[in-house]
Amino acid sequence: MEMRSEKDISGCSLAGFISESGERISGDVIISSIAVMHERGNGLGGGFAAYGIYPDYRDYYALHLICDDDKSREQAERFIENNFYIECKEPIPTRNVPSITDPPILMRYFIKPMVESGKEDDFVMHAAMKINAEIDGVYVISSGKNMGAFKAVGYPEDVGVFFRLEEYEGYTWIAHGRFPTNTPGWWGGAHPFTILDWAVVHNGEISSYGINKRYLEMFGYRCTLLTDTEVMAYLFDLLLRRHRLPVEIVAKALASPFWEDIERMPPGKRELMMAVRSVYGSALVNGPFAILLGYRDGLIGLNDRIKLRPLVAARKGDMLYIASEEAAIREITNPADVWMPKAGEPVIGRLKGEIQ
Amino acid sequence: MKRIYAKEEVCIGCRLCEIHCIVQHSRSKRIIKVFKEEFPRPLSRVIVEEKGPLSFALQCRHCDEPFCVEACMTGAMYRDEEGRVMHDRDRCIGCWMCIMACPFGVIKRDEGKVASKCDLCPDLEVPVCVANCPNEALVYREVE
Amino acid sequence: MSLSLIQQEFVVERDDEKCIRCEVCVRQCSFDVHTYDPEYDEIVTNDSRCVGCHRCASLCPTGALVIRRSPLEFKENANWTPGVLNNIYRQAETGGVLLTGVGNDRPYPIYWDHILLNASQVTNPSIDPLREPMELRTYLGRKPEKLEVDMTDEGPRLKTELAPQLKLEIPVLFSAMSYGAISFNAALSLARAAEIAGTYYNTGEGGLHRDLYRYGKNTIVQVASGRFGVHADYLDVAAAIEIKIGQGAKPGIGGHLPGEKVTGPISETRMIPVGTDALSPAPQHDIYSIEDLRMLIYALKEAVEYKKPVSVKIAAVHNSAAIASGMVRAGADIIVLDGFRGGTGAAPLVIRDNVGIPIELAIASVDTRLREEGIRSQASLIAAGGFRSSADVIKAIALGADAVYIGTAALVAMGCHLCQKCYTGKCNWGIATQDPYLEKRLNPDIATRRLVNLLNAWGHEMKEMLGGMGINAIESLRGNRLQLRGVGLTDTELDILGILPAGR
Repeated sequence: MEMRSEKDISGCSLAGFISESGERISGDVIISSIAVMHERGNGLGGGFAAYGIYPDYRDYYALHLICDDDKSREQAERFIENNFYIECKEPIPTRNVPSITDPPILMRYFIKPMVESGKEDDFVMHAAMKINAEIDGVYVISSGKNMGAFKAVGYPEDVGVFFRLEEYEGYTWIAHGRFPTNTPGWWGGAHPFTILDWAVVHNGEISSYGINKRYLEMFGYRCTLLTDTEVMAYLFDLLLRRHRLPVEIVAKALASPFWEDIERMPPGKRELMMAVRSVYGSALVNGPFAILLGYRDGLIGLNDRIKLRPLVAARKGDMLYIASEEAAIREITNPADVWMPKAGEPVIGRLKGEIQ
Repeated sequence: MKRIYAKEEVCIGCRLCEIHCIVQHSRSKRIIKVFKEEFPRPLSRVIVEEKGPLSFALQCRHCDEPFCVEACMTGAMYRDEEGRVMHDRDRCIGCWMCIMACPFGVIKRDEGKVASKCDLCPDLEVPVCVANCPNEALVYREVE
Repeated sequence: MSLSLIQQEFVVERDDEKCIRCEVCVRQCSFDVHTYDPEYDEIVTNDSRCVGCHRCASLCPTGALVIRRSPLEFKENANWTPGVLNNIYRQAETGGVLLTGVGNDRPYPIYWDHILLNASQVTNPSIDPLREPMELRTYLGRKPEKLEVDMTDEGPRLKTELAPQLKLEIPVLFSAMSYGAISFNAALSLARAAEIAGTYYNTGEGGLHRDLYRYGKNTIVQVASGRFGVHADYLDVAAAIEIKIGQGAKPGIGGHLPGEKVTGPISETRMIPVGTDALSPAPQHDIYSIEDLRMLIYALKEAVEYKKPVSVKIAAVHNSAAIASGMVRAGADIIVLDGFRGGTGAAPLVIRDNVGIPIELAIASVDTRLREEGIRSQASLIAAGGFRSSADVIKAIALGADAVYIGTAALVAMGCHLCQKCYTGKCNWGIATQDPYLEKRLNPDIATRRLVNLLNAWGHEMKEMLGGMGINAIESLRGNRLQLRGVGLTDTELDILGILPAGR
């Protein structure tokens, strides 16, 4: 069993929104929002995830890769060719930004796995983890359908400009600015972390990481990206997709109510919560966190069970906004309704309409 | 009124109650000095009864209607305002009628005069036999 | 009768200036060390009989007694130590198997003392258990891999039915100590303390005395190779049933209650004649293989209509991981691993000191193996064998245990001084005896209080340590080996434990 000895501590600014009616919005909006929280980061990592950005390839898995050099890129492409049908392959468009230096090779592939239907998601998930674990110098940044993640070493607003995000339109956007305390300089270490179409941005430190990781490993997940945020994404994949638990229950597994509160609940709910905590005890995420989780059908914001990190939410019309600071929301809208979600209470935005 | 009760199921027959009673009723109240140098040594007012594995500490019951007070011709035995049966050494003439009258046999003869009868350690909050029993076989409480 | 060469272990030093001839020591020593000579008004001591239990020294009202190691010294010899020499003298004189009590006392490595805990600073706030909720509650039993939840109009409803669970308010239970090895008062104290503290105690293989049936909901009953006291009511009254395959103090052999300790009440409870040695067979004679175990587990589950968890206890030995995996697949709801430091009332000295492996390594390897096979959630893991403090408990949980059994620590809390003479039945502290004179010395009110105090103290300490790590629920520490670091361990030991060296 290989031990990873460096743990990255996640800071520190989150922003995101969803248009529940499926209206697609340009990336410059999210850039303005995250830019307000400049002081929460230290310029050593920024990233975005967006949904609905590849309408022409909506049925293909959009694989975003970073590769150290051509040799590793070729090795990755061989693997992809052997296992997938590639509809299109191209470099991810970028522009020069002085503060973003030494970019790796950035590629995207629109692919379909060569397996029978029903098994595609698991196949893509394992393929992505295999690439990360076994092919040196290559990392899968995102692997979902009609979505993509963009991240680099730099302030998030600069990263957004670098990736030309104003040219994309999505119905859900999430963004992150980082304040790492470990050795920086690795593009793969920025947020969001993704698996299939789950994308997580995280502010916090997971003190239960050691057991969350071992729990996930029992189900075939491999935690390779040197950061505790990875387990968040995998836990959602396991509980929401594979175990098919309702999202409110998943929130209760990850940010569980206290036993003294469970004792006071009505009998049916009490029995349910006791079962959730007993069965999913190793999925309980302990330690401070605020997360935004984007997925194909929505956006979830969640705090740890004693709310040790800030998170603010707002609604206006069919838009839901969630961010670390109210200022980041007010920068891009004049909301009707602003509130602070309680510890362990998820904020859920759901895609109701057709994607435009 | 609080009295001392014995729990015979946990009395271990060590007789430390007797030792501490002696010390409490001594002049110096220092155990080594009492045993090595104070003569005559005071008598213990608590008596440990033993038969086989059964043992317990017995002392004056401070009866509500004390036979010894009735039998005392000088009034040396009396009931105080709290209900404790007390002995006034200065009034005692050593006739030993109290010893004959006591149904529990807890009054002992001292040099010439009647001695040791439990006085519930009036200067202390908890009598020393109770406080020093290593196995909590004596309890000091009020029972209706 | 030739000269005995067995060396005395202790000398009793009496300060004559302080001795007031109260004779408490004479009355209290069951080994007849002290006698009073009225002619010379002095107390004579026969040091050779002293076992070092400290009863006399503890009760002496003037502190006149000190017990020291016998100063009679051999020529220094690192190989032929005094202990080894004495064992041979003893065997030469008796021709018998040397017996002993309590757990392995040899200086094998103690891994707990090489493992350190983390604390959160700056990036993650530590949590103050006096001001914030800190949860130690633990459920032991089989858990499903996932839950099914229906969304109804009234909200989410649980669809999956959970297997029966034991609910513990603190992840510490009282280990199996048979009535017979320990006195009724000791067993009663353990039962009462378990009830007060919200945990469980284990009957051991001595059956269950009728007067203890009222504590049934805090009782785990044991079905061991001798099947002492196993009948329908026994199973009926319990909260869980434990099949004892082995124990850490004497892996591979059965329990042993010397005839001196088989009195009337013991005979009735165990269903054996008075005065006979109660020797449990080495194996359970109906479990010769893993499939036999499966049959017994399900026979017991049927007998209790699947309403109680069934646990299986093994000693930690070389193949513990594979055995544990088999046990889980055989249907055990709880696995108990007893390390080589586990205690006993009577065991052959040579077995106690040479058989078994440390519990730290056993927990780590069993937990790792069960996770590798994807079956970890099917059984809870209880670790036992020489846990001395709340830190040992926390470290065990971080390595992967769900809870910890304490045996020796509980006895020490009640007054045991580890003289290792339990098998004589002359325990001066009233713990490991059936002698009515001696049994009274353990007052259940006091002993219960002391046990509850111990659990409360350890519970608070555990909360402080959890809070320091930035964790507020014990399940987030369970198996979380990243919160541990090793010092002074080899690479192999670190690898087996699954922890990093301090500094990384």
